[in-house]
Amino acid sequence: MSKATLFSLPRPGLRWLPVWRRNFLVWRKLALPSVLGNLADPLIYMLGLGYGLGALLPEIGGVSYVSFLAAGTVVASTMNAATFEALYSGFSRMHVQKTWDAILNTPLTLDHVLAGELVWTASKSLLSGLAILLVIAMLGLSASPLALWTIPVIFLTGLTFGALGLIICALAPSYDFFMYYFTLFITPMTLVSGVFFPADQLPPLLHAIAAWLPLSHAVQLARPLLNGQIPANAGGHVAALACIATLAFYVATILTRRRLLK
Amino acid sequence: MVTLSPEDALSVSDLRKSYDGNEVVAGIDFRVTRGTCFGLLGPNGAGKTTTLRCCLGLTVPDGGTIRLGGHTVPEEAEKARANVGVVPQFDNLDPDFTVRENLIVYGRYFGLSNAAIDARIPDLLDFAGLVGKADARIQTLSGGMKRRLTLARAMINDPDIIFLDEPTTGLDPQARHLIWDRMKQLTTRGKTLILTTHFMDEAERLCDRLAILDHGRMITEGAPRNLVATHIEPQVVEVFGDEAADWAREHDTLGERIEVAGETAFFYCQDVAPLLSALHDQPGLRYLHRPATLEDVFIKLTGRELRD
Repeated sequence: MSKATLFSLPRPGLRWLPVWRRNFLVWRKLALPSVLGNLADPLIYMLGLGYGLGALLPEIGGVSYVSFLAAGTVVASTMNAATFEALYSGFSRMHVQKTWDAILNTPLTLDHVLAGELVWTASKSLLSGLAILLVIAMLGLSASPLALWTIPVIFLTGLTFGALGLIICALAPSYDFFMYYFTLFITPMTLVSGVFFPADQLPPLLHAIAAWLPLSHAVQLARPLLNGQIPANAGGHVAALACIATLAFYVATILTRRRLLK
Repeated sequence: MVTLSPEDALSVSDLRKSYDGNEVVAGIDFRVTRGTCFGLLGPNGAGKTTTLRCCLGLTVPDGGTIRLGGHTVPEEAEKARANVGVVPQFDNLDPDFTVRENLIVYGRYFGLSNAAIDARIPDLLDFAGLVGKADARIQTLSGGMKRRLTLARAMINDPDIIFLDEPTTGLDPQARHLIWDRMKQLTTRGKTLILTTHFMDEAERLCDRLAILDHGRMITEGAPRNLVATHIEPQVVEVFGDEAADWAREHDTLGERIEVAGETAFFYCQDVAPLLSALHDQPGLRYLHRPATLEDVFIKLTGRELRD
């Protein structure tokens, strides 16, 4: 492949929609276990840690620990849902089932496939985030109408981690490879991005580094919104997530072209 | 709309592609007339798959030109593929879907509406011998049924040109004959087929013309019968047995050409009468006398050594 073809910007237009619909149809058939997995696991952590640990802790920033943790749980479970979808499900479709190969024999191109996968990943993680949001509302942990603004934040978070996940998917020789990504990136990021405790508890250097991580931006948008406040530097955080998502999607496109269109 | 174009369904000229300095396709030329079946034959690693990928616009060649269905590939590959069906070497049906869902989802990739796809499904199921299987899950289908569904799926957009990459590999004889029958029906309907296969009887039976590739080059091209007539002696006698190799060496004047592979000696002859009468006096040797086939041509041109 020539350099110009390899590095050309993705031009998916709107023809990715059939790819999205394919994944949606699979999800619809397997929805129950999928929703259960996306919802039950983070909820158990949120409620267990939130009320159990929360009973021992003072308020954080004027809210109970469970409310503090709830905001972190929304974005962290969005991140996890997007990551799992892009990594495991994406890899199954690309490498194991050869679904993408089948699509590439039609008028659609790899750009359409990847765009469809990205939007699908964000859509699925949106459902996961929305489910947590619903529980938060039912428990009365957030009552502000501003909380509705977390919905686009969830979608943007899903796009960001979906795009990052597609990079890892393009590089993976097998499913085992994904353990590196979780152990070296996702898990440490979850701990330093202010999901479980305020990030300013970290040593200053680590705090400064953590502030650049995508999950930190998502937390700093979602937490004030759920507490009924407009986030400080909202534009900056949105722009940071959008930039990471765009750049990651471009890199994922190049890597996948190199892998599949040799 | 029917467009009566005099242009070939597919034309490839001076196609070249290298990977890491290794020239996998080294200048291939061929043309496929509309409504015919064209075969691409060759040992593993001959460049067949790379050639097919280039024709579909999935691999960008280093050199050469490709016209597929009136479009220049890879530049207009998306337009070209809209009128093409592909039966890939390995089934990549959606395992989570039923037969019908597989067809619907695939049709949408061509921009077809659900209604348009639904209208085609009964005919396609009939064509594929899958009537009554519309709601069957993919896991419940046999290997032959999956192949036929893959063929039906390739027809969802009613293409004029269909690529079949080893369509009968791994099928039992019954399933293979059914696929052959459907392929013949397609050419009768005016479709153009481009076939790769390792089965010489399949190529001989189905292809109007075929090309034999080896090491990225086209060694020969033509109608199967003509290739057999030009490249090889008309009669073959295969002699088997422990003594066959030694006996063949001692009687090497009895055939125009003799090849020994293991315990079998192949005599390629214009006139077999002297050989057959010599064999009558050798009760320890068994033999088979048959007309020369495309497989003999293939082996002669590409050699007997294994390709991995």
